[in-house]
Amino acid sequence: MQNTECAKLRSFEEAMELIKDGDKIFISGFGNAGDPKQLIKALVETDRKELTIISNDLGSPNVGLGQLLTKKKIKGLIGTYYNWNTEVADAYNAGEITVELVPQGSFAEGIRAAGVGAAGFYTKTAVGTELAKGKETKEFNGETYLLQEAIHGDVALICADKADELGNLVYHKTARNFNPVMAMAAKTVIAEVGEIVPAGTLDPESIVTPHIFVDAIVLRSC
Amino acid sequence: MFTFTEEEAKIRIAKYIAKEFDEMSKDHDLFVNLGVGIPTMVADHTASKRVFLQAENGMLGVGPVADEAHIDPLLINAGRAKVTETKGCSYMNSADSFGMIRGGHVDATVIGAFEVDEKGNVANWIIPNGKMLGVGGAMDLVSGAKKVYIAMQHVSKKGKSKLVRACSLPVTGYGAVDTVVTEYAVFKFENGQMTLTAKAKGMTFDKLKAITEAEYSIAKNLSDF
Repeated sequence: MQNTECAKLRSFEEAMELIKDGDKIFISGFGNAGDPKQLIKALVETDRKELTIISNDLGSPNVGLGQLLTKKKIKGLIGTYYNWNTEVADAYNAGEITVELVPQGSFAEGIRAAGVGAAGFYTKTAVGTELAKGKETKEFNGETYLLQEAIHGDVALICADKADELGNLVYHKTARNFNPVMAMAAKTVIAEVGEIVPAGTLDPESIVTPHIFVDAIVLRSC
Repeated sequence: MFTFTEEEAKIRIAKYIAKEFDEMSKDHDLFVNLGVGIPTMVADHTASKRVFLQAENGMLGVGPVADEAHIDPLLINAGRAKVTETKGCSYMNSADSFGMIRGGHVDATVIGAFEVDEKGNVANWIIPNGKMLGVGGAMDLVSGAKKVYIAMQHVSKKGKSKLVRACSLPVTGYGAVDTVVTEYAVFKFENGQMTLTAKAKGMTFDKLKAITEAEYSIAKNLSDF
């Protein structure tokens, strides 16, 4: 693995150079599965600031992704569920950060839309609710739909089980979650992987994220 | 008035819904998404081999909670419980998983609620107390699943009816509810009309009315459970 021919392989330090102050950063994961823990740790250790974090949740106070908030590196959040991290509501109520709450399905599909070049889509989810405020509605076949615009980001920090040398990715069970759509939506994609195998050894039928979407790979240490 | 302990109440609710699912899955496969709490318990009471559980974090064919020896930390359900695979299960990304729900492919969802009103509106995502900031998949589930089951205790811990005339809390989905199952009663909604279809054995109409703020009609073929 040390003498891999992976042209996209980077050290964690090199990978962090791809992130700038003020970036909108996708970070994958759901409930401690599929989140790029070592990339998050590396990001927390940089001095990048004014970040907008686009992730399902923000973990727990001062743990993992939560540390970005504790260390005041965050300007805004776009996500679905912050009840596991009470510091989010505190920072929001104090006016320190902005929070855009999006229903989880609209969130996932909004990211997918960004990845496939769609400006947005209409959905029945959240029609009439507080989360519909400021969003356009339109009638289709007598039913009201809500416009959810695509959710764009500059960089994605994602997590996969394995990559091959080209950067094709495979995932492990429910650690797949938001990774494939975030890989499609971001301008720059950095994947944390457990292993890099020679090109041609992954079954092409099993590849979930084709390497066209992956810019840099970091190798997770056990 | 007779009461059930909290544990008894939860089991009664889960068993009732499980029985409906057994019936519904007699001649076809039934795909179901279960929320956390009482909804999760429904899976423990289904006898049918044709009920398949979907978890919105990207799995179809969710198995029981893993025992210590079989834990895979990367195999979890949407309630973050470490679970197992069933034969023929599959994984998908979050957009495809919600596509199953939003596209109307999931037959039923079972979720909890703070309030359900007599128009079939449900409030279950936030109590605006300045501490909660999260919606998760609740709005997608109530607007996307073919049938929405609410599994909740009849009255709140403060003794207030959770079946109300009009939701006072922020609504998750308007007119979204099909069935509410509490430990004392079952209500079905059709065209914005709330109907009592079953009540606990020994529960009188007067007693039920006394603990239910919402107004409802009574089904002709009312059953006991």
